[in-house]
Amino acid sequence: MTTSVNVDRREFLKLGAAAGAGLTLAFWLRRGAAQMSDPGSMAGGVAEAPFAPNAFVRISGDNSVTVIVKHLEMGQGTYTGLPTLVAEELDADWAQVKVEGAPADAKLYNNLLWGAAQGTGGSTAIANAYEQMRTAGAVARAMLVAAAAQEWKVPGDQISVNQGVVSHRPSSRKATFGELAGKAAALPVPADVTLKDPKRFQLIGKRIARKDSRAKTDGSAQFTIDVTQPGMLTALVAHPPLFGAKVKGFDASRAKAVKGVVDVVQVPTGVAVLARDFWSAQQGRDALTVEWDDAGANKLGSAEILAEFKTLAQKPGLVARQEGDVDAALKGAAKRLEAAFEFPYLAHAAMEPLDCVVRLGADGCEIWNGEQLHTGDQHAVAGALGLTPAQVRIHMLYAGGSFGRRANPKSDYVLEAVSIAKAIGGRAPVKMIWTREDDMRGGYYRPLYYHTLTAGLDAGGKLIAWRHRIVGQSIAAGTAFESGMVKDGIDATSVEGAANLPYRIPNMTVDLHTATIGVPVQWWRSVGSTHTAFSTEVMIDEAAVAAGSDPFEFRRALLDQHPRHKAVLELAARQAGWGKPLTKGRGRGIAVHESFNSYVAQVAEVAVGKDGALKVLRVVCAVDCGVAVNPDVIRAQMEGGIGYGLSAALHGAITLKDGRVEQSNFHDYGILRINEMPQIDVHIVPSNEKPTGVGEPGVPPIGPAVANAIFAATGRRLRNLPLQLTA
Amino acid sequence: MIALTVNGREQEVDVASDIPLLWVLRDHLGLTGTKYGCGMALCGACTVHVDGDPVRSCATPVSSVAGKKVTTIEAVGATRAGKAVQSAWEQLDVVQCGYCQSGQIMSAAALLARNRRPSDADIDNAMSGNACRCATYVRIRAAIKAAAKAI
Repeated sequence: MTTSVNVDRREFLKLGAAAGAGLTLAFWLRRGAAQMSDPGSMAGGVAEAPFAPNAFVRISGDNSVTVIVKHLEMGQGTYTGLPTLVAEELDADWAQVKVEGAPADAKLYNNLLWGAAQGTGGSTAIANAYEQMRTAGAVARAMLVAAAAQEWKVPGDQISVNQGVVSHRPSSRKATFGELAGKAAALPVPADVTLKDPKRFQLIGKRIARKDSRAKTDGSAQFTIDVTQPGMLTALVAHPPLFGAKVKGFDASRAKAVKGVVDVVQVPTGVAVLARDFWSAQQGRDALTVEWDDAGANKLGSAEILAEFKTLAQKPGLVARQEGDVDAALKGAAKRLEAAFEFPYLAHAAMEPLDCVVRLGADGCEIWNGEQLHTGDQHAVAGALGLTPAQVRIHMLYAGGSFGRRANPKSDYVLEAVSIAKAIGGRAPVKMIWTREDDMRGGYYRPLYYHTLTAGLDAGGKLIAWRHRIVGQSIAAGTAFESGMVKDGIDATSVEGAANLPYRIPNMTVDLHTATIGVPVQWWRSVGSTHTAFSTEVMIDEAAVAAGSDPFEFRRALLDQHPRHKAVLELAARQAGWGKPLTKGRGRGIAVHESFNSYVAQVAEVAVGKDGALKVLRVVCAVDCGVAVNPDVIRAQMEGGIGYGLSAALHGAITLKDGRVEQSNFHDYGILRINEMPQIDVHIVPSNEKPTGVGEPGVPPIGPAVANAIFAATGRRLRNLPLQLTA
Repeated sequence: MIALTVNGREQEVDVASDIPLLWVLRDHLGLTGTKYGCGMALCGACTVHVDGDPVRSCATPVSSVAGKKVTTIEAVGATRAGKAVQSAWEQLDVVQCGYCQSGQIMSAAALLARNRRPSDADIDNAMSGNACRCATYVRIRAAIKAAAKAI
């Protein structure tokens, strides 16, 4: 089946090729008025939607096809996946495809699932760009064909395109894209293009090499920390030891005496030391004396916060989902199970600590950053400097991981870097680097959560009641995301994965208490599902055991309304050899969870030694993410998601004492190492559904799968993270 | 002035003797392929070779490598093991974010230079000091084995 895209209604626009024979395509997509960024630009304020242009493809005389990617490459494969979509419809040779990061431009490069904002998150890159990028490729192809038809004076329908070569078989004529680019640029944009029948895909669904592998194996890949500018200074900031504390005063005399230190300035978030290089800046910061005003600071420790949450959990919260009558069903239940789950704060701890380069000029501001929230950062910087957003030029570089941290709704570290450049009057470009300790103690953590779950079974072992109470901080409250994410006091990111539990249970209540705590929190790879998948999938396991059922069969029977959940569950179980006997001390655990419209089931096999030493031996993962654009990248994201989730399940915990973060670096914030990485087998469900994301959905099931496997191996039910088998 | 041999080139740098090699490479010699990750030899992102041995450059005072041969990711491809490792990394698309991979490759190349048939335990021993938050470990292991075969 082919998909016809009416280009006419999209009002394609060619961008003039400024230099030489080049073809750059842009087009305006008509979208709903609700997604408008700037109502003032609407002619006469009528309900007619605005047009926002997009530019994605550049074909040069040298025969290169440059795909401009609007999303951040932070490891998840966008610089491969999005160009694949363009190349597929363009019938380009993968080798001729180059990749360029898009500049920040909410109108040209918005995330179509976010409305009028550019940004990367929620595993949306492929999902939002699937048709857009294919259309961009198809339009370019049609224009190259038209150019060839005109040049050769033959009918366009006799022309074919294959691996970057345009040919007319009857006359044996051939041309490269580069040879036709100049002519194509002068042609009108076609009114309609037809997207390929998936049966004809040459690249989508095949193993396509990553575009960033070479640069990331020879040291040439440019991250923010690698940027250099003439006269640039490196800045480190002394942050307060307590969240919310302020600078009362500081003595910079010793810091300024350090060789290489150029300046010491106060900024809203602390005191910045600027130096010729990192080492001098760090020596300078070490020599700095700062007095802090703790009056408005958080002084609670994790223990006090947890105690407060436990108190809140005694009473009903705001209802996120209600079906049937849970109280009555629990009263009448033959068996009643009660459990509580504790989740600590988690740091993202990307390998590249936070950093940002800023250059202030007469005409505006330039930012170099592993940029994840283009529009938010651009507007925040513009606001801080009294500029228009267009005067803030953002260069999107590779991010050395992010896991959500670089998408800060308050633009925290970007604004900090800008504030330093501003404090020195813009006299030098500034590269701000957070040390590992700064990064670990800088807040914006996955929130601490406390869950209680009560389940009821009838005499026949049927699950008839489910009461799930969640207590924690809201991620979206107080940010620009609040209006979209918080409804009737319920932050969707607090209850996602719990309020949409797929199991058929006739009486169910999911409620939420949102606490206000002075510890900054943020989304962390798979967001709400980092905790909801754990509590729900461990509790369903407990219910299965209480019912005397097999945990796989018990789930399966409750998923009859959810075929995609059921299919991944069955696939994972089958591939893992579910039910086959294991030696003593070993166990298998299963979990299934949907996040970001992708369905993932995992079976973990663990070995527990007599001393309590835990080894996760093997994980079998089944994923349904719709059309598998790049199966190898999908496998990589499942492997990585499992590793990231396992790291949190086994080690991850940021704890506070008297308001201070107790961890500082990788010796006390444990992370998964190669010797703990299990064997991983990934199975992708063949699908013609629209493609959905894979960056996050591999994370949620691994924690519960491992906890359930530990139960199978030992009979011990662990409900708190990180999992602790030894005292 | 401290005299160094980096990637086969003899150079003199005007730095304090206690500055870690990492920052000399990055901030003074412009060799940014070697990465900062922790500053305490805990993550391995800064791994370089000093006379062929894998060394955490973030915790190595530059004075301690005076007169020794330093090799970084920018030049490791000139060695047999380094070339094989880089090729295997590319073949298997090991990288995700890529930030730790210079260090991973330097550790892997040093391992293969002295052990042509590393076991899983050898790989664990040589590589567990190199953290990867993208958890590309499955492929790192596979690529080391592939590189071992190719040498």
